[in-house]
Amino acid sequence: MPVDRPAGGTAQTAASTYPPVAAPAAAPAIRGARIDLRGMTKRFGASVAVDDVTLTVEPGEFMTFLGPSGSGKTTTLNMIAGFTDISAGALEIDERPVGGVPAHKRDIGVVFQHYALFPHMTVEENIAFPLRQRRVPKAERRRLVAAALETVQLPGHAARYPSELSGGQQQRVALARAIVFSPRVLLMDEPLGALDRKLREFLQLEIKRIHREVGSTFVFVTHDQEEALILSDRIAVFNNAGIEQVGTAHELYERPATLFVASFLGESTILRGTASPDGGGSTLAGDGFVVRAPGRLEGGRTDAALVVRPERLRLTPDAPASASGDASGGNAVPVTVVEEIYLGAARKLEVILPGGARGLVREQAGALSGLRAGDRATLRWHPEDGVLLPDDPTIERIFT
Amino acid sequence: MAALLTPVASGGRAGAAPPPSGRPGRLARHWPFLLIVPALLVLLAVFVYPVAQTFVGAFTIPEPGTENFSWFFGSPANVAVLTRTFSTALWATLICLALAYPYAYLMTVASPKARAALLLIVMLPFWTSLMVRTFAWLVLLQDTGVVNDFLGLFGLGPFGLVRSRTGVLVGMVQILMPFMVLPLYSVMSGIDRRLLTAAQSLGARPIVALLRVFVPLSLPGVAAGSTMVFITSLGFYVTPALLGSPSEALISQFMYTQVSGMLKWGRGGAMAVVLFATTLLLMGLLGLAMRAGRRTRAAVR
Repeated sequence: MPVDRPAGGTAQTAASTYPPVAAPAAAPAIRGARIDLRGMTKRFGASVAVDDVTLTVEPGEFMTFLGPSGSGKTTTLNMIAGFTDISAGALEIDERPVGGVPAHKRDIGVVFQHYALFPHMTVEENIAFPLRQRRVPKAERRRLVAAALETVQLPGHAARYPSELSGGQQQRVALARAIVFSPRVLLMDEPLGALDRKLREFLQLEIKRIHREVGSTFVFVTHDQEEALILSDRIAVFNNAGIEQVGTAHELYERPATLFVASFLGESTILRGTASPDGGGSTLAGDGFVVRAPGRLEGGRTDAALVVRPERLRLTPDAPASASGDASGGNAVPVTVVEEIYLGAARKLEVILPGGARGLVREQAGALSGLRAGDRATLRWHPEDGVLLPDDPTIERIFT
Repeated sequence: MAALLTPVASGGRAGAAPPPSGRPGRLARHWPFLLIVPALLVLLAVFVYPVAQTFVGAFTIPEPGTENFSWFFGSPANVAVLTRTFSTALWATLICLALAYPYAYLMTVASPKARAALLLIVMLPFWTSLMVRTFAWLVLLQDTGVVNDFLGLFGLGPFGLVRSRTGVLVGMVQILMPFMVLPLYSVMSGIDRRLLTAAQSLGARPIVALLRVFVPLSLPGVAAGSTMVFITSLGFYVTPALLGSPSEALISQFMYTQVSGMLKWGRGGAMAVVLFATTLLLMGLLGLAMRAGRRTRAAVR
């Protein structure tokens, strides 16, 4: 892992289940490039596909563009690759403007969702293709192809044609082809989207290992939040042609900047109401509850949404003294349990809040409340565990 | 295939209540093949029978033996006609390919509307009578025709565009164009253009991406179109008869003269056999060469 990666807790949870392959102790082969997007905009006729995106991807970083389809993440990737012209703004790779450089001169590896292997060439010819374009001598070419096949763990498949390989193997070949010429930037556009779940999970770990071994800057596009959490150093959340928030998985999960980020990344309970300043924090008055929240809304806004993650919530069978809190200063809201979901190590309880909105509580196996569907209960959490955000009415339409 | 088309066969395997009669009969399993019987009968009657008769005639008329063949190969003029026929067909194929390849490529990248227009331009002459088109070319290409008049404005010509091989090739190429464009377009439209994007991302200039990725993948279309055009041009009669020079006649005209003018059915049949055999031989060699090429390419790795 490059040392100049921004600090902060990252989603390294997958490291413990890492497959038994070569230890990543060796230094990366190359130094990744720094990518600067400055106000990058793409218009298709009257519609704006990417609107004023500014972002810096650090050298050697694993950056994921996460967002729903149509959010502009793939168009942004295509502009970095040089497949799509930039309508406005600038793109720099290692502080060199590349906006006008054609795709074949950018020296960027690209892996596509549809593999894009050349069907009339063998695996070896496919992987050797970028080397031939760079006039690499034959002996060197053979060595590099063999090394790339080794990296993606497909030795012995050089003479096969792509049609003779499974989807997962084809994507490994595509990956080998994209890294064989040691590009300092590797772009991946939903590379695992066409694969089944088990294979996808395995290849995620493979990609993570390859990132560590190769050392290039990776930009990975996905709509799968779990994939983003597993892979990324940092995640840029795209929505409506722009970036909502950039940060480590931890930052995005614990401190979402917008309601969209909060609801797209992970599960949460959203309490909507009117916020008013109260001491250092705020008071949120909603339909049938009054709770306390940390921080204040900017710009004097009052329509607010309080986001609380499921593992921060507790359910108790008793009725609250009032709908505004308990003696210890915690928040308490009367709810009705409507659904239990058994998850083995934990269970999730779906509850109905006083206004009719739904909430989600996660209980670890060792600390179950014993409540069942149909029970009336009290939802409790510490005020500091909520995140107060400006309300965004479009979210309800998508996520409930 | 038959199992897919026969509901009885698949129903039994699916575990539903099996039909009381057990396994379906032969007829029930093979009935889809009956559908081709009418077409087969028509072909037998109007194609296989007359062709067989002609071929038999080549060896039996006027009397059994190889007399007709020794006549054909005994005269250098006949062999020259055969060679000329093949070289004309080859030229027609090459010109068709040179014109049709960029045309078909343009069709694959054009908007749906432009594509329909391009297709119409190719197909429109196809729907016009061959005679009408050939006479139209005669009018256009004759010494006092539109083309020579136009060239005359610049002090050029007149060129002998008709009664020459040029006239024959012009007529043939126009008539055979759809047979080249359509297979090419059909193969090209199936090529994933995203492969070209991928090639460029790997460092290939757009023209290199086209040559190394698109062109190889379009070769099946080239083979199909070329075969179709080549074989069809071998049998052309009306176009060379009207636009060509009698001194440069093609084999079909010679056959016509032998059979219709001189009532030498056996000689006509012999020429048909020679043409047929030579065509088969050439196609066979081409097929072998292509297969060998594929093998060597695979072996080189």
